[in-house]
Amino acid sequence: MSKELFDAMRQCIIDGDPDLAAELAQKAIDQGIDPVDALNEGFVPGVNFVGEQFGLGEMFLPELVVAGEAMKTAVAVLEPEFTKRGTERQILGKVVIGTIEGDIHEIGKTLVATMLSASGFQVYDLGVDVPIMTFVEKAREVNADIIGISALLTTTMVRQKDVIEALQDNNMATKVMVGGAPVTQGWAKEIGAHGYSEDAVGAVAVAKNLMSAG
Amino acid sequence: MGGIIKENCPKLSLNLFSPEDIQRLHEATLDVIETVGIRFPSLRAQEIWASHGAQVDAKTGIVKVPAHLIESALKKAPPAYNLGARDEKQDLPLDGKHVWVATDGCGVEIIDLYTNERRRSKLQDVEEIARVADALPEVGFHWVALSAQDKPAHTRGLHEIAAVWRNSTKHVQTESIYNVAEAKAAVEMATAVAGSKEALRKRPVLSLMQCTAPPLGHDGGSLDAALIGAEAGLPVGFMTMAACLTTGPATLAGNLVVGNAEVIAGTALIQLAYPGASVFYAAAQTASDLRNGAYTGGGPEDFLFGAANSILADFYNIPISMGSFATGAKEPNWQAGVENSLSTFMASIAVSDMLLGVGFLHGSRIWSFEQMLMDCEIYEIVRRTLAGIEVNDETLALDAIKAVGPGGNFLTQKHTRAHMREIFIPDYLDRRPYNIWEEKKDGPRDWARAKARKLVETHQPDPLDLAIVREFERIIAAEEA
Repeated sequence: MSKELFDAMRQCIIDGDPDLAAELAQKAIDQGIDPVDALNEGFVPGVNFVGEQFGLGEMFLPELVVAGEAMKTAVAVLEPEFTKRGTERQILGKVVIGTIEGDIHEIGKTLVATMLSASGFQVYDLGVDVPIMTFVEKAREVNADIIGISALLTTTMVRQKDVIEALQDNNMATKVMVGGAPVTQGWAKEIGAHGYSEDAVGAVAVAKNLMSAG
Repeated sequence: MGGIIKENCPKLSLNLFSPEDIQRLHEATLDVIETVGIRFPSLRAQEIWASHGAQVDAKTGIVKVPAHLIESALKKAPPAYNLGARDEKQDLPLDGKHVWVATDGCGVEIIDLYTNERRRSKLQDVEEIARVADALPEVGFHWVALSAQDKPAHTRGLHEIAAVWRNSTKHVQTESIYNVAEAKAAVEMATAVAGSKEALRKRPVLSLMQCTAPPLGHDGGSLDAALIGAEAGLPVGFMTMAACLTTGPATLAGNLVVGNAEVIAGTALIQLAYPGASVFYAAAQTASDLRNGAYTGGGPEDFLFGAANSILADFYNIPISMGSFATGAKEPNWQAGVENSLSTFMASIAVSDMLLGVGFLHGSRIWSFEQMLMDCEIYEIVRRTLAGIEVNDETLALDAIKAVGPGGNFLTQKHTRAHMREIFIPDYLDRRPYNIWEEKKDGPRDWARAKARKLVETHQPDPLDLAIVREFERIIAAEEA
């Protein structure tokens, strides 16, 4: 019985179907299936398949993104069940992410957020034009492991540094990842950011590295 | 002295769209603007729209504009005007017949001309690039090539245009002024260069290019800056970079609709605020890379957009500033040659008034003087190709053919000497014998680097009047206070 359901879960992630993902997640709850099993044996294999195919050049970015969206929907439906059972969903880490104050460019940041969340991170997306202290306060509130800061303009990029300084002023050890078109490895290093990636797929690897580096 | 800018009037033509195609693109665009709306996150812009009867959602900033309002506003835009230059002889007519190329912008790194290392850009780079561009007859005007990252963020854009004017007599178009305070100061600086407000209106030595925020949005500061520029008579344009897959639909026509909606809605706003203001269309549309979502800087989609946007601008009867060149290559190489040649060919054959521009690697991020000079050669090759073949008594050369007859040669003919200098002589294509090349195995990149060094070291642009330099310093100091 559950094998059929798990197969359907896997397939709905591969097809990038959020509605079906929500429906199947609810079905699992109704059938009394442990949400841990629903995730690990149903939805996650779908994400893994898409990731592998992407790596092989057989599937592409839009498919990766819709798989991520479907995964997010499934997790949202399962989340209360975890709480009810007193268990916790295994997450790789908590990431607070946003585009820096004065900058409204959204897409790069959103792509990174989707990729991270599909890869098993708990992501708190603050949106665009995010004040420096909002990053810091949200990171403190959720006890974030990583803050991701995006900027598309050279004039707003400088504020990535302000976030890092504000974290230091508040004695917080949260790791910082930076990105955006004008951002370079050199800039990241200079301002003391812990991670940098030029694209969203690379950002996941960077975040995983930061987590394992402790 | 600045170089004499080469005239470029393409004669060849392209048949990309039928009139029905263009009409459908236009109607789809109007439908999007009217029913979906465009985000205008500027109170001033929203007030202008509301006062003309557009439907403004104050909470989201989304404005829905009836088709007739867009169409009637666009009709007020002048179809042709001149870009002014410090040196009046270098004014550029935007008349639908000419193509002019600029330095590209706005990057953040440079391959150092002497160390060959990649490093962060600074004001001195802006100065040196402007000086080299001033000397090159291919370059018609400037974009601010690099960000002066050693200057404070809030006056950086002013330092940059001052640096270009100090080092060149050609027109300056900036893409790096995007708030009210900087726009006002930039207008003041342009007024100083032009001599008076009236002179600036007549021969605008500065134009402003503002990026849209795709899909279907604008940046508030950019809108406010554009309105200030238009009020002072500076030509202003909105550039869409809507990209297939990410900020636009996967299909080319759909992506054109998204980009077109952003551009013509912004342009209509300027016409409602300042009827008859000089405006231009601007675009650098692309398809995001399927694997990583990156800006590609080349590919068949880009080349088609290069012509398509220009045809749309013609439909609206306004000039266009069109992204070409801007290869995604990491160094001047095969990829750079393919991408920059084809993008420039397509944008030029559609007679894009302004091309942007020479000099960049890695999708407009890393400046390379080598690439700049080789891009100028690409531009020259395209320019000559599109000039076509002139057929008349003189070019048919019947007298020379009859004089030589079967089996002779044309080297000694007067007709040959009269016309030989019309034939292209490359600076950066290697046509030497193999053994000569083998001696040093040098090539176009080496020659381009040597030429750039020579120009940086020796070219003396006409100095800017000291009183104007002082005025720049005063204006920038006031902003920094």
